[in-house]
Amino acid sequence: MNVSSLRIRSDRMNSTPSTLPSPSRRALLGATATLGATSLAGCASIGSSAPSIGRVVVVGGGYGGATAARYLKRWGGNIDVTLVEREAAFVSCPISNLVIGGHKQIGDVTRSYDSLAASGVKRVQGDVVAIDAAARKVRLRSGAELPYDRLVLSPGIDFNPNSVGGLKAALDSGRILHSWKAGPQTVALRRQIESMRTGGVVAITIPKAPYRCPPGPYERACMVASYLKANKPGSKVLVLDANPEIISKKGLFEKAFAEHYKGIIEYRPNAELKEVSGTTAKFDFEDVRADVLNVIPEQRAADLAVQAGVVNVNQRWAAVNWLTMESTTVPNVHVLGDATFPAPLMPKSGHMANQQAKVAAAAIIQLLKGEPVNSAPVVMNTCYSFVTATDVVHVASVHQYDAKDKTFKTVPGSGGVSAQASALEGRYALAWADNIWADMLG
Amino acid sequence: MTRSLASLIGIGALALSLHAPAQAQAADPNLARNLAATCANCHGTDGQARGEAAPLAGMPEQRLLNTLSLYRNGTLPATIMHQITKGYTEDQLKLIAGYFAAQKPRQ
Repeated sequence: MNVSSLRIRSDRMNSTPSTLPSPSRRALLGATATLGATSLAGCASIGSSAPSIGRVVVVGGGYGGATAARYLKRWGGNIDVTLVEREAAFVSCPISNLVIGGHKQIGDVTRSYDSLAASGVKRVQGDVVAIDAAARKVRLRSGAELPYDRLVLSPGIDFNPNSVGGLKAALDSGRILHSWKAGPQTVALRRQIESMRTGGVVAITIPKAPYRCPPGPYERACMVASYLKANKPGSKVLVLDANPEIISKKGLFEKAFAEHYKGIIEYRPNAELKEVSGTTAKFDFEDVRADVLNVIPEQRAADLAVQAGVVNVNQRWAAVNWLTMESTTVPNVHVLGDATFPAPLMPKSGHMANQQAKVAAAAIIQLLKGEPVNSAPVVMNTCYSFVTATDVVHVASVHQYDAKDKTFKTVPGSGGVSAQASALEGRYALAWADNIWADMLG
Repeated sequence: MTRSLASLIGIGALALSLHAPAQAQAADPNLARNLAATCANCHGTDGQARGEAAPLAGMPEQRLLNTLSLYRNGTLPATIMHQITKGYTEDQLKLIAGYFAAQKPRQ
């Protein structure tokens, strides 16, 4: 991308809602350039600041997208950044298990997007229905089109329910909840559990890894059990895990199950869900009748990533260049967060999406300026899980870019898990939420 | 003889002192910013922390670097920082400490 041509285009077209495809735009550029230096200087002097270095559209206002939008403005200065998000407010998946357990309200994990305006991010509430990578524009359901120089896609996950009989219909009807995207489903699952009979069974099914938030299902089991322990004695939580063992913070969760929820939580490994019928979950060797069935379905990069053509690993995930987070398939499209095909031992977490967003923001600014990108990025992850209403355990990792293998690698001897659950880490977990929400939203 | 040796050493020292800033300039000027941004999730944007997390903005460089080093070598007990600091090189921690020292603490 030629820097001077970008400047010219931005100057000339900032105020027009033009959505010309790339070739026409280039033709127009040529025409503009021939107007000569006087006219360009005139354009540049309009407005109080230097000309924009380019247009970035960010799709998806979660941990990845909102962070990218804010940091593009913080670090990029004169850059046009538009965040497209379908929802009116941000609802956090992290901490939302506390809502299901009755220890927090949905309002406690909800934040307004309004604060992003102070960083200079333009926000459009809408649904992206098409991404035209050749013409470099996105189309919204409203019919509006947004042209871009660089597109950031942080679309999150969608589900692959079809491998489980009856699951798609059950999810579509709302009878069975996944509650794996925070929002109305979070509140609805809490209601289902609150209205369950005393002595009932809540069954939670876990898909094979990888999925969003590796420790999340086990934290959820703890939160549901903490509610049942206090409010519905004799009730149980059945954890039906398709994996051969607890896949994150194993020892710490096992200890929590035994110490706090003995006789309440029952954990079964190698339980791969085959069929859903009513609130009965069917497996190879048994049917489990639950009063409340919470199915966490198999996951993949969200539909929008599929539509954009960036999903290129196992028809599930989007591979990226880790120096820039740019898709390995579609130029000028950067993919963040849970939709990406992860580097080794890199978790699908909100924290990691936030870190990836900063790598992308820094790189996009350099690319728009025509300058070299950071050749030695570092990302790290911290994930806190509540095992009781107050006590928390963590897992942490640091990932340095490896130039030879062109991927992030964890640093030997770094990272790890809590020595034991503690209320101190419970306070740190809530501080983490406050700080990361402010880091992404302002 | 002595004199010429001294002048040689002098020239050597001058060359070294010229060399060091040249190397620093060649490094990515955004590296410290980018590294420090990995701390923001817990310690706030540019170290402006909320709640229980330690505010890093404006902390003197040497004090922060010493603290990070003590976490890194296991001298200072921590819930998590001993694990995180081991993931960064000493040079990276120095850049991070320098970046936060240069940030204005919230009034």
